[in-house]
Amino acid sequence: MKAKDIRKGMHDGIPIALGYVSVSFTFGLMAVGSGMKWWQAVLISMTNLTSAGQFAGLEIMMMEGGLIEMALTQLVINIRYALMSISLSQKADDTFTVPVRMAVGFGVTDEIFAVAVGKNKSVGKYYMAGLIIVPYIGWAAGTVAGALLGEVLPQIVSDALGIAIYGMFLAIIIPKARDDSKCFKVIVIAVLLSCCFKYLPVLNSISSGFVIIICAVAASVVGALLYPIEESE
Amino acid sequence: MKNFFVYLIVMAGVTYLIRTVPLIVFRGKVKNKYIKSFLAYIPYSVLASMTFPAIFYSTGSMISGVAGTVTGFILAYRRKSLLFVAISACAVSLLFAILQ
Repeated sequence: MKAKDIRKGMHDGIPIALGYVSVSFTFGLMAVGSGMKWWQAVLISMTNLTSAGQFAGLEIMMMEGGLIEMALTQLVINIRYALMSISLSQKADDTFTVPVRMAVGFGVTDEIFAVAVGKNKSVGKYYMAGLIIVPYIGWAAGTVAGALLGEVLPQIVSDALGIAIYGMFLAIIIPKARDDSKCFKVIVIAVLLSCCFKYLPVLNSISSGFVIIICAVAASVVGALLYPIEESE
Repeated sequence: MKNFFVYLIVMAGVTYLIRTVPLIVFRGKVKNKYIKSFLAYIPYSVLASMTFPAIFYSTGSMISGVAGTVTGFILAYRRKSLLFVAISACAVSLLFAILQ
């Protein structure tokens, strides 16, 4: 059971890892491009394992921002992980002891979370270990590659790689929207709100980390009130 | 730059605690129908608001971004894998950028 669960997790982690390689490649490229040593970029990736937070953190480091600013920025951009962790906790089976939770918590990312909660049954620690380790390696390896090889890659190619992470997100939300009309409505609300924050005056001056939280929380609250999921579903 | 390691510890520490504390604190199963629904919707609303409209601007040009988005959308709708959708979106964006 143990080996089988780890293997299953690793298998499910492969597509995530490959998607991560392209994104972390971009991170490594940008970090070195803005004056960081290659090993510093890799160390950031290996200790943070988060896309938006790392890109924002890199900018703060380069601008020599304050530590409070750094902490607040990470808090705002990554607070969605807290919501995901609470949600994941609902899917966890009884192998999730406190030490396991301390380890698994490190690996809660958008995609790992989405795959884990997308499972029909509860998830155990061995499955999660497999599901986290492969994307983790991909994230670190992509950063190394981007930091070391980034300069030889043509700009047009690295630009095109920018859409990779969003392509992954589409692959998670679109099939769900197709199957679940309630979730479809929530997704539409979130997208409309997010577009308001992009295009409307005043609203578009709010930083992107806050925007994600506001849109996601508002859309999910509306969804929970108007389209609550009944027990049998 | 200030000390790299101080930044690193603050950055990684905050990120780690955000993920782990809720996982340790909220261990019971939520019974309330509305809170359960809220938590079930969160991942999709987060990803949706992160993706749109940012995806259109993710490739450096609006045309290649929209081309990649349409490609990704169609393939995701046909339930293709995460990897296939992501790579195809990149490939089509690249193609449009070259043709432009």
